Amino acid sequence: MDVMPKWADVVLIPLISLLLAAILSALVILAIGESPMNALKIMVDGALGSTYGWGYTLYYATNFIFTGLAVSIAFHARMFNIGGEGQAMIGGLGVALVCMYVPWPHWSLALLGGTVAAALFGAAWAAIPAFLQAKRGSHIVITTIMFNFIAAALLNYLLIGALKPQGSMEPATGKFPEATHLPNLHDVLGFFGIEFSKAAPANITFFVAILACVAVWALIWRTKLGYEIRAFGHSESAAKYAGISPTKIIMVSMLISGGLAGMMAINNVQGEAERLVLNAVEGAGFIGIAVALMGRSHPFGVFLAAILFGFLYQGGAELALWTKIPREMIVVIQALVILFTGALDNMVRMPLERAFLAAKRRNKGAA
Amino acid sequence: MDLLTLLQVLDSTMRLATPLLLACLAGLFSERAGIFDIGLEGKMLAAAFLSAAIAYTSGSAWLGLLAGIGASLVLSGIHGLASITFRGNQLISGVAVNFLAAGLTVVVAQSWFGQGGRTPQLQGAARFDPITLPFADAIRDVPVIGPIYYELISGHTALVYIALLMVPLSWWVLYATRFGLRLRAVGENPAAVDTAGVSVIGLRYAAVAICGVLCGIAGAYLATALQAGFVKDMSAGRGYIALAALIFAKWRPWYALYACLLFGFLQALALRPDVIEGALGFKVNVQLLDVLPYILTVIILAGFVGKAIPPRAGGEPYVKER
Repeated sequence: MDVMPKWADVVLIPLISLLLAAILSALVILAIGESPMNALKIMVDGALGSTYGWGYTLYYATNFIFTGLAVSIAFHARMFNIGGEGQAMIGGLGVALVCMYVPWPHWSLALLGGTVAAALFGAAWAAIPAFLQAKRGSHIVITTIMFNFIAAALLNYLLIGALKPQGSMEPATGKFPEATHLPNLHDVLGFFGIEFSKAAPANITFFVAILACVAVWALIWRTKLGYEIRAFGHSESAAKYAGISPTKIIMVSMLISGGLAGMMAINNVQGEAERLVLNAVEGAGFIGIAVALMGRSHPFGVFLAAILFGFLYQGGAELALWTKIPREMIVVIQALVILFTGALDNMVRMPLERAFLAAKRRNKGAA
Repeated sequence: MDLLTLLQVLDSTMRLATPLLLACLAGLFSERAGIFDIGLEGKMLAAAFLSAAIAYTSGSAWLGLLAGIGASLVLSGIHGLASITFRGNQLISGVAVNFLAAGLTVVVAQSWFGQGGRTPQLQGAARFDPITLPFADAIRDVPVIGPIYYELISGHTALVYIALLMVPLSWWVLYATRFGLRLRAVGENPAAVDTAGVSVIGLRYAAVAICGVLCGIAGAYLATALQAGFVKDMSAGRGYIALAALIFAKWRPWYALYACLLFGFLQALALRPDVIEGALGFKVNVQLLDVLPYILTVIILAGFVGKAIPPRAGGEPYVKER
């Protein structure tokens, strides 16, 4: 029996959790001698006050949509893919390889090629942990953590060796050819006559991310495979009884998850940097965890949560610029969101359930 | 490679293995009681910061150590609250603890000291000094034994010896006391412990607290003994290597020592590429040495070299009645 109406589960609990995280963040800001109201104002002005700010907010949000969807898909199969960071790094490697070594005639084809390469490389990086989980029972959380470190070392090795242009001192690839550069939102929206900042990094990948949201929604709730993934996530033994192969579900959902995390690279590597640098992912893989928890593993929720975190990221950068609050404040907020929406979910849920139960009983008594 | 070079490498192996060993034993207690803890990293980091901050302001490394343990215990408390009392997801709670520490240490360090998220350099009594063991100077010139005793065994900080003592102590607590038996039982079959009238929640909180104390010592060691002060992200993935060592050791104290010494040795070698080249005759990639612990762990987890079976009730919140 559902104790609570659906809206309370989907809207009320995340909002209360978010509120708790916001209150604690405000207390931290107060404790280091700054004004939370002033900080909020700077963040809103900096992230949403201009199309330049929006351009950064949407750029970050695009990264987080991909990594958030990646974590969500795995959550649906009751797996915790903590390796989005490594999968996105290796996705970046795929994008860099096809951008540098394939002579693309036009950006639209380069985008297609980049997307496929990013997804394939990301999926490949998730494949080994998935296989070990499915066949040997090794815990996916531990193996994906290990693969994050292995990915970082691999990139480090390639970027100071084989992929570095001759004569360069920086651990990065050379600039990608002109034909692979993606149009940014200034170009795209300008086509429709909408003014948008030219300097901001948000690009056409944002629309790819929205398409990915729709595709994931359709996959999870409108296909047989999605049904099997959800069934497996609810009860492995029941799914087995219904003839669903656990190996297949673990492999397929982790491959999709890794592919989505890898696809983030078309935004940050092909779209923004236009070359592959060390630490290009900047923790976006981990923020995917917060985004998926906040968005209740639903693509629309992930979309909203990603925009929220995009706002926090851009706003946090502005804070570091104008106040004495360092950028790491965002990491604190991120931690609090993960804590309240994820680990301490029951702390918010239990009293609410009790309140709803009491209300129900009272209504029955009245009738 | 001559004896002295070997001793130098082994000496730095000891120093680098110490934080791994403490964190690994911390994870051992927690996971043996059925509480997965991927927040070792965050607890070490928080302890490193607070120990450095307090050691700097008070001028006492020992006060710093206490403060570090305190910081780590607070995070343990959050992890316990989330995973024991509110029966939340232990892995997600661990991730939150790691980020909380990574963010708060820099924010608070910037606010207290204003040096870009680090503490000032520690000097004098604010750091743990190396201890010269008795007779070390006297037998220094005796061939072979002298240098081994003087270079390798003597001349470490107190925390190194404490970490080494923790290995037999952990073994004794886990395998020779009633508390240890119950703690291991609660990680395998909490319902049986509950039926025997022993509090599952109490035992698990005790394990999480022990984990906090050990992580606290590990973190304090990083900032007040291995280095002189706190810098951003100074735990540098050691919590995860400790986790890897724990799997490598299959959740047993003595094997934890061997695994941590092995991983410490790899870290020490990565610092001395000239030594490897001299010994092997060819260059070994430093990145390869850095990731070798992770690769070895994946191989172990894959079950190709004996199976690593975690405590059976690990990760599962205990619900008294269904």
